[in-house]
Amino acid sequence: MKRHLLSASDLSYEDAVLILDTAEELAKLVDGPVKKLPTLRGRTVVNLFYEDSTRTRISFEAAAKRLSADVINFTAKGSSVSKGESLKDTALTLQAMGADAVIVRHSASGAAHQLAASGWIAGSVINAGDGTHEHPSQALLDAFTMRRHLRDSKGDLAGVRVTIVGDVLHSRVARSNVLLLATLGAEVTLVAPPTLMPFGVEQWPCEISYDLDRVLPRTEALMMLRVQGERMNNAFFPSMREYSRGYGLDDKRASALSPEAIVMHPGPMNRGLEISAGAADGLRSVIVEQVANGVSVRMAILYLLLGGASIEEVSL
Amino acid sequence: MDAAQREVLDSGDINRALSRIAHEILEKNKGVRDLVLLGIPTRGAHIAQRLAKAIADIEGVMIPVGTIDVTLHRDDLRSRPARALLPTVIPTSGIDGKKVVLVDDVLFSGRTIRAALDAMGELGRPSQVQLAVLVDRGHRELPIRADYVGKNLPTSLKEHVRVSITETDGTDSVSISGTPAGGGE
Repeated sequence: MKRHLLSASDLSYEDAVLILDTAEELAKLVDGPVKKLPTLRGRTVVNLFYEDSTRTRISFEAAAKRLSADVINFTAKGSSVSKGESLKDTALTLQAMGADAVIVRHSASGAAHQLAASGWIAGSVINAGDGTHEHPSQALLDAFTMRRHLRDSKGDLAGVRVTIVGDVLHSRVARSNVLLLATLGAEVTLVAPPTLMPFGVEQWPCEISYDLDRVLPRTEALMMLRVQGERMNNAFFPSMREYSRGYGLDDKRASALSPEAIVMHPGPMNRGLEISAGAADGLRSVIVEQVANGVSVRMAILYLLLGGASIEEVSL
Repeated sequence: MDAAQREVLDSGDINRALSRIAHEILEKNKGVRDLVLLGIPTRGAHIAQRLAKAIADIEGVMIPVGTIDVTLHRDDLRSRPARALLPTVIPTSGIDGKKVVLVDDVLFSGRTIRAALDAMGELGRPSQVQLAVLVDRGHRELPIRADYVGKNLPTSLKEHVRVSITETDGTDSVSISGTPAGGGE
């Protein structure tokens, strides 16, 4: 494993399977009687969040606390950032406080990479979402959820047919998922209106389609993406209704899925836009489970990055 | 480092040692009541299975067997890169109030056993914990001793004890390599 987790493409096949296997063992412990493990006692983890988040921040915090790490939460609102402090000065402050890992979310693509490459921080940097670029821990928890349902919690995702639908253009979740799922051997199809396909998408290791109804019957894992209205200025499709009719998962489309298929959504959901309430709460939905799995997967990430000696300490 | 390996236990010796330990466990605990075997992965887990089978051959009862991974409770985690976790499987009957026999292949510093005791503390409260090992090579760093020992093997710290068992290594054998202790065995 590398010292940082910045992109799903940082993960080799072995790394990815190791994280999933470790998460599986940790999930067994945490679902059982063990609520807290001593493994990261004395290590400090900082949640550095420049953008709003519910699931990711709480999930990383719960994961760190279950491993006995100390957690410091930093949100841009109510900090010196509102007085104009730069990312660099904030990072140097965290370094002075002895952060062993910094989990960063930022609206600028590449912020996590900047933090890791700058040398401002000695610890590990974990990307918890940078702009429209990547969100690797989300991709790992999605892969974990798919593996539990479709591959009996073992090995990789070879041959699993995954369809990712919606606002691919603005989605860091989609990008990280495509990269990780390709590493794990899944067959990914992206479905979106042409205006919401990113530039250069034909280079990605996946198929592309503009017709959701044609792809649905052969889909094993269907991932609906949030329409990111805050990044759009109403310029990407004519109306909510038209988007919903072409690319939303309504009850009728949900019934076109095979009985074993699972429905996923990284949250937060726009109910009635990209997914209907019936589909979001239906039997095939694993959306709530994704959140629970997020804690186990993030425990695995923290353990594997912080639990052992760092590469410098081993001095290979 | 490349000094010749000496085999100290062969497959027959290991079988006889495990069958003796099975008898000793039954003798000490006066039967199989409330007994649970917990093996420490990977080899300890297989040895625990074999002990359970040996006990079943004698008493006609299969006692619960589980595994307990100690990685997350080790005190030397920071000395090397993070290790993969191994399975922890606690029998459905649990360990509360049971007599747990921990099973490992080699007893050395005692630190693995300390970690196992900590890990077990998270999972329940046994009425008693006992320890069975295939080989005790000495050099304890903690006040821990085994209740059942397959073979006491005096070693020097420079020597390396290698336990091979069929389930993981394709053969049953215990051997020593490296510089022997001054006095010999």
